[in-house]
Amino acid sequence: MLFKNKKAGAFVAVATAAALLLTGCAGGNSDAGGESGGSEGGASITFLPKNLGNPYFDASRTGGQAAAAEFGGEFNEVGPTEATPDAQVSFINTATQQGVDAIAVAANDPQAICDALNEARDNDVKVITFDSDTNPECRDMFINQADAAGIAKAQVDMIAEQIGDEGQIAILSAAANATNQNTWIDLMLEDIEANHPNIEVVETVYGDDDDQTSFDKTAALLQTYPELKGIVSPTTVGIAAAARYLSTSDAKGEIALTGLGSPGQMREYIEDGTVTEFALWNPEELGYLTAYAANALVAGEITGAEGDTFEAGDLGSYTVGADSTVVLGEPYRFNAENIAEFDF
Amino acid sequence: MSAVATQTSSLRPIAEYDRPLWQRLFATREMAIIGLLVVVVIVATAIVPNFGSKITLTYLLMDMFPVLIMALPMTAIIVTGEIDLSVASVVGFASVLTGVLTQAGVPFGLTIILAIAAGLIAGFINGILVTAVGLPSLAVTIGTLALYRGLAIGLLGTTAVTDFPQFWTDLAKAKLGSSGIPASVLIFVVLAVVFILMLHFTKFGRGIYSIGLSPEAARFSGVNVERTKLVLFVLSGAVAALAGVYYTLRYGSARGDNATGMEMQVIAAVLLGGVSIFGGRGALHGVIAGVLLIGVLGSALRLANVGADVINIITGVLLILAVISSSVFAAVREKAGGRKRRLAGMPAAKPENS
Repeated sequence: MLFKNKKAGAFVAVATAAALLLTGCAGGNSDAGGESGGSEGGASITFLPKNLGNPYFDASRTGGQAAAAEFGGEFNEVGPTEATPDAQVSFINTATQQGVDAIAVAANDPQAICDALNEARDNDVKVITFDSDTNPECRDMFINQADAAGIAKAQVDMIAEQIGDEGQIAILSAAANATNQNTWIDLMLEDIEANHPNIEVVETVYGDDDDQTSFDKTAALLQTYPELKGIVSPTTVGIAAAARYLSTSDAKGEIALTGLGSPGQMREYIEDGTVTEFALWNPEELGYLTAYAANALVAGEITGAEGDTFEAGDLGSYTVGADSTVVLGEPYRFNAENIAEFDF
Repeated sequence: MSAVATQTSSLRPIAEYDRPLWQRLFATREMAIIGLLVVVVIVATAIVPNFGSKITLTYLLMDMFPVLIMALPMTAIIVTGEIDLSVASVVGFASVLTGVLTQAGVPFGLTIILAIAAGLIAGFINGILVTAVGLPSLAVTIGTLALYRGLAIGLLGTTAVTDFPQFWTDLAKAKLGSSGIPASVLIFVVLAVVFILMLHFTKFGRGIYSIGLSPEAARFSGVNVERTKLVLFVLSGAVAALAGVYYTLRYGSARGDNATGMEMQVIAAVLLGGVSIFGGRGALHGVIAGVLLIGVLGSALRLANVGADVINIITGVLLILAVISSSVFAAVREKAGGRKRRLAGMPAAKPENS
C-alpha cells in the first residue's frame, strides 16, 4: 500500500509540475516583457471581450494589437468562452492580480462586473469599456462604436446614393419597440425630410429581428408597393433576410437594399450583386482606438474628463465627450471592394 | 450493535491496522494530494509572477468557496456509491430565486432562508427519487440537472438581476482584518468541521462508508440505507443553495446560467481528493486538498496567461491520472504476485502479522 501510494503520488506530482513549468514559463516570459514595457514604452493592456471565438471581437483584438505594436505597449487578450458577466469577473480579478496598466472590457452586464472593475481601479488599473458600456461610475472611459446621429445619416446617405436621391423607400426594422432602431428611424426620417425632399418613406415594417418574419415582410413590401425603389434595414437580421429574399426574386438589382449588416452574413449578397453597400462600425478600428485611449489614460495624458483630447495613431485626434465617452466616428461602409477583408 | 460497528469498521479499506501508525497517517492518497498541493503552491509562487500576493489568496478562496462547500456533501454522497450531478443547477436556481425575491422587495435575510429552503426541497426530490422510487442517482440527477436549470432560466428568462443590498454584497466579499482571507472561509470551516465529525466520527458516518462497500451488508447490519441517502441528498441541495446565494452576491448577478458546469469541478475535486467513484472509500481532508489543488492550478495558470481551455485540459489530465493511478498500481501489484488482500466485495482479511 505504501509502495503504491508513493508511486502514484510521485507520478501525479511530476506530471503536474512538468505541465506547470512548461506553461508557467511561457506565461512568465510575456509578463516580464510587459513590466519593462510599462516603463519604457506604452502601457500593458488586457482586452476582455464578451467572449472568445467571436469574429467580431477577433477583429477588435486585431486592432488593439496593431495599436499596441505602434505605441510599444504590451497587448494581451483573455476572455470567457460564454458571454456571461460572472465569467468575466474572474478575468478582471486575474488582471488585477497581474497588475496590468489597463483593462479594456466589453461588458456582459452593466452592473454585475462593477465591483470587480472598481477593485481593479483601487489597485491602480485603468478601466476602459468598449462596445458595451458598464454604469459610468465603474470605468474611466467608454469607447462608443457610433452615435445615433451618425448611424442614421450614413444609412440615409447610402440609400440616397443608390436610388439617385428620389423615389419610394421602405424601412424594415427590428421589433416595434426596439429602442435603438426607433431612435435611428426617427433621426433618419428627420434627415430625409430636411435634406432629401424627393425621397418618400412609404412604410416602416417590423420583422421582430426574426429571420422568417423579416423575409415575409420584405415579400409583402414588394407586393404592396410596385414602385418601391429601395429598402433600408437598420438591423443585421433584417438586412440579411431581405437580401436573401431579393437575391432570389425578380427585383434583384432593381430594388436597392442597405442598412446595418454584418459583413460575414452579407458577403454573398454583395458578391452576387443584390446589395451594393451597407454599413456597420468597424470593430478593428474600435479595438485600435480603445488601445490608444487606454495608453493615453495610463500615460496620464488624459483623465477621461470631458474635453480631453488624445491622438489615436492612424485614426487621428479624438476628444472625450460627455460621460467620459469617446465616439469612434462614422459607421464604416462595406462594399464589393473591402468586404473580403472582414469575417465577423 | 457494537459487534456491527466492529464489523463495518474492519470493512473500511482505509484503516489497515497491519501497517505502522505513521504509514497509516502519512502514506495515503490523501497525503499524496496534500503533498502535491504544497508542491504546486511552492512552484507557482516561485515561477508565476504575482502568484504569491495577498490578493491572489483572497480571490482564490472567494472563487473556490462554492466548490469547497459543495464538495463536503458530495464526498459523502459519492462514498455511498451515489452521485449528485444537479448541484450546479441548484446553485443557478437558488441564485435566480435570490434575484427574483430581492427584486420583489423581500428582506434579504428572509431571501437567504427561502433560497436554502428551495435547495432543501430540490435535494429532497433527488433523494426521494433515488431512495423511494429506487432509480439510479446518475439518471435522476441528470434529469434534475436539466430540470432545475430549466426552472432557473424560465424564472428569469435571459435577463439578470444585478441590484443587491450593498450590505450583503460587501459581507460576501469581506475579509478577515488585513489578512486577505475572505470572511466566507469561516462558513466553510464551520461546515467542514460538521461534515468531518459526521463522516468520520459518528455511527451515521460509518453507515455511509458501509453503504458504499456493500448496500446489502449495510442493510443487514442495521444501517438505514434509504434514510441515510435521503439525508445526504437533502444536505447537498441545501449547501448548493447556500453556494448559490454566495455566488449571486460575489458576482453581483442572478442569472439562470450562473455556475453552469460547476458540478464537474465539484466532482473532479472530490475524486482528485482520493474518494473512490465506486463508493466506500475516501476522506474529507483529501477532498479539501483536491478542491484547493484545482483552484491553485487554475489561479496560477490564469496568472500566467494560460487560456481556459488549457486549464481544463490540465485539470482533466490530472483527474484521470489520479483516478487511474490507483487501479494501475493495483494491477501492477497483482501481476507481480503481491499480497492479494483486497478482492472486490470481500472483507479485508484479518491482519496477518500484528
